[in-house]
Amino acid sequence: MATPAQEHAHSHEEHAHGHGAGHDHGHHAQSFWSKYVFSVDHKVIGMQYMFTGLFMGIIGAFFSYVFRMQMAYPGHNVPGYGVVSPGEYNALITNHGTIMIFWLAMPVLVAAFGNFLIPLMLGCDDMVFPRLNRLSYQIFLLSALVLIASWFVPGGGFGGAWTAYPPLSAKSQYNMTPLGSTLWVIAVALEFVAFLIGGINFVTTAMNSRAPGMKLFDIPMVVWMIVIASILFMASVGPLIAGAAMLVFDQTVGTGFFDPVRGGDPILWQHLFWFFGHPEVYVVLLPAVGIVAEIITVFARKKLFAYKTVLYTAFGTGILSFFVWAHHQFIAGIDPRMANVFTATTVLISIPIAEMMFVFVATLYGGSIVLTTPMLWALAFIAEFIIGGVTGIYLGSSGSDIYFHDTYFVLAHFHYTFVPIAVIAVFAGITYWYPKMFGKMLNDTLGKIHFWGTVIPFNGIFIPLFLTGMGGDHRRIHNYNNFPELANERMYFLREFATVSLLVLLAFQLVFIINFFWSLKAGKKAGNNPWDANTLEWQAPSPPPHGNFAELPNCYRGPYEYSAPNRDKDYWPQNEPA
Amino acid sequence: MIERYIEQASTYAADIDNLITLIGVIVGFWFVLVELVFFGLIITFRRRPGVKAQYITGEEKHQKRWVGIPHELVLVCDIVIIIAAVRVWVNVKQTQPPAQETVRVIAQQWAWSFVHAGKDGKLDTADDVRTVDELHVKVGTTYHFKLESRDVLHSFSVPVFRIKQDAIPGRVITGWFKATKIGVHDIQCTEICGIGHALMPARIHIQSKGEYDTWVAAQSATASR
Repeated sequence: MATPAQEHAHSHEEHAHGHGAGHDHGHHAQSFWSKYVFSVDHKVIGMQYMFTGLFMGIIGAFFSYVFRMQMAYPGHNVPGYGVVSPGEYNALITNHGTIMIFWLAMPVLVAAFGNFLIPLMLGCDDMVFPRLNRLSYQIFLLSALVLIASWFVPGGGFGGAWTAYPPLSAKSQYNMTPLGSTLWVIAVALEFVAFLIGGINFVTTAMNSRAPGMKLFDIPMVVWMIVIASILFMASVGPLIAGAAMLVFDQTVGTGFFDPVRGGDPILWQHLFWFFGHPEVYVVLLPAVGIVAEIITVFARKKLFAYKTVLYTAFGTGILSFFVWAHHQFIAGIDPRMANVFTATTVLISIPIAEMMFVFVATLYGGSIVLTTPMLWALAFIAEFIIGGVTGIYLGSSGSDIYFHDTYFVLAHFHYTFVPIAVIAVFAGITYWYPKMFGKMLNDTLGKIHFWGTVIPFNGIFIPLFLTGMGGDHRRIHNYNNFPELANERMYFLREFATVSLLVLLAFQLVFIINFFWSLKAGKKAGNNPWDANTLEWQAPSPPPHGNFAELPNCYRGPYEYSAPNRDKDYWPQNEPA
Repeated sequence: MIERYIEQASTYAADIDNLITLIGVIVGFWFVLVELVFFGLIITFRRRPGVKAQYITGEEKHQKRWVGIPHELVLVCDIVIIIAAVRVWVNVKQTQPPAQETVRVIAQQWAWSFVHAGKDGKLDTADDVRTVDELHVKVGTTYHFKLESRDVLHSFSVPVFRIKQDAIPGRVITGWFKATKIGVHDIQCTEICGIGHALMPARIHIQSKGEYDTWVAAQSATASR
């Protein structure tokens, strides 16, 4: 049954666990340490990534609470924190951004779902390189610990924004955080190493370990998206790792790569950073789109509209994303003529992205839509992401970016992309695959309360911030009282509205936490396939045992054969013989 | 759109605001259309007992038109936006009308210094007027600013002008503006520059020719004393 690659995976298992191919994986006794801490099982590693990512996300959310309170009530004592000094404020916003991108979106969307889903959806028993996989998580955990440590060293955490532009980030006499900024760069670099290793594993597994009969166009969209994201990451991160090394040298051994006095150039860093930074947006977007594709097809009981088109738009977006980076630098002192080229490439990226959204809308047509909690999240992703998409046009257009650059309009724009990605799609994925992960159903009523309690205040936070941005609020300002044009009642009302909305949103997250743990204990037992879905992970037991499938499946068709004509059932699992 | 939030006080402020409005109309149309269709479909195709979903692959030619036609319309809108954006950009950033006056703007942690040309109209002469956190300009006069930084990146932003330009240590970056209205407004630093980033507010005083000359004379008198 097993393909050569699957046997290859087995032989890795043998070394790690000492049991042979064909052995029944489920009945093997393991100690707590080898089962949960030093596991090479892709599902356990996926969970480790997920819980580490969510834990870091809680820290990032707490930071946003503190600095939003400072925005609405400047100089006041923030309950649970204290008075926010300018240096602390900078460190909070810097680390909020860093965490949410690198320690929440990346680990949960790419690594957690990638690890958990890829082998299950491909119908194999584990990743191709299980021990490399374990190494990836261990380096990731180390990177998180280094980041956390950077907040407690003398001088405090790094406060030069998540983009870390030198010379501010390179010299401690400018940033006043000698250790914090070095640890920050090291943490980010370690995190990149972890994801490089993980990405190699994802791509190799998807290309080599598919169930017999699964052709490239039979691969579920979320797997494709994670694979494309991993390739984008691998192709873009090299320059930034080099940049990070140069930055650490500038900080610690006194080189001058980014120091104009010694012939260096601060703008070089911006190119290295954004050459990675913009593809990075799509590294996290694509897995989110993949998750949404799985959920919408299941709960609309529809075949994904134009599977190949979706795939090509993802590739198109990925390739185009390497040619847009300088739109972050229109007014940074690059040659003004360059801006015209990057305006064109940036605005044109709207075509594949818009097409992706059109495909999802078209998929709904003629469906039989059930608004379960995961479906609500998936639909909300589309409705909200469109706002993020259209507001990006203002910023990709050089002419209007002159005004909007580094204002709250930018901030609101990218939160309308990143919150749908890192919050809405993550909740979509967790609520959808929870039955598979833990064998229990989440409570649907609590799920819906949590959904509305998150999505409504989310708009309440960022719509006012579009307006303050239009009014001239510039970013990363500790206190607006020094700016007569910004310190008026209307602006304070908008800032306060955003902060209160954030408090409401954070309060509703308790509902999710309660639901998550209560359902683990008391949730209804989920069968193998509670959503009547086609993809292979639903044909494995819930939760899948070590080794995943009792018998490795064969694949006979694509993943989205819902409501196929001349069949009684409205779904058709990929492994069901014709 | 923007002028409802903040005054226009330069020759190109209206161009930038109009570009923003144009983009607003185009993307607003798409936004409303897509959201209407989206919610319309969700409501129309809710599950009803006994009704099975349709089987549509989306791979056939007449089906591909559903996304193909909007796709081409988006391309047309993109081209309109790109042309409009580039026109504004070229006017504000890529080309510069000849200068009637030049002013030097120097950013540092955490203050702005301004060097005004003084009576002779030339920089780097004895009668230059140097100020901190206070820039004086004449209305209706084309200015070139020479932007420098002494330490880290900063960004020179005058919201009422709609102008913004990063300052980079080691470089002198030239930009231009022409004020259209008398008044006093904020100057911001819009690039994070350390713990005092919020402590870099400066003010721009846009004055009539007469007022400006009086101010320069008063400054020179103080300086020579």
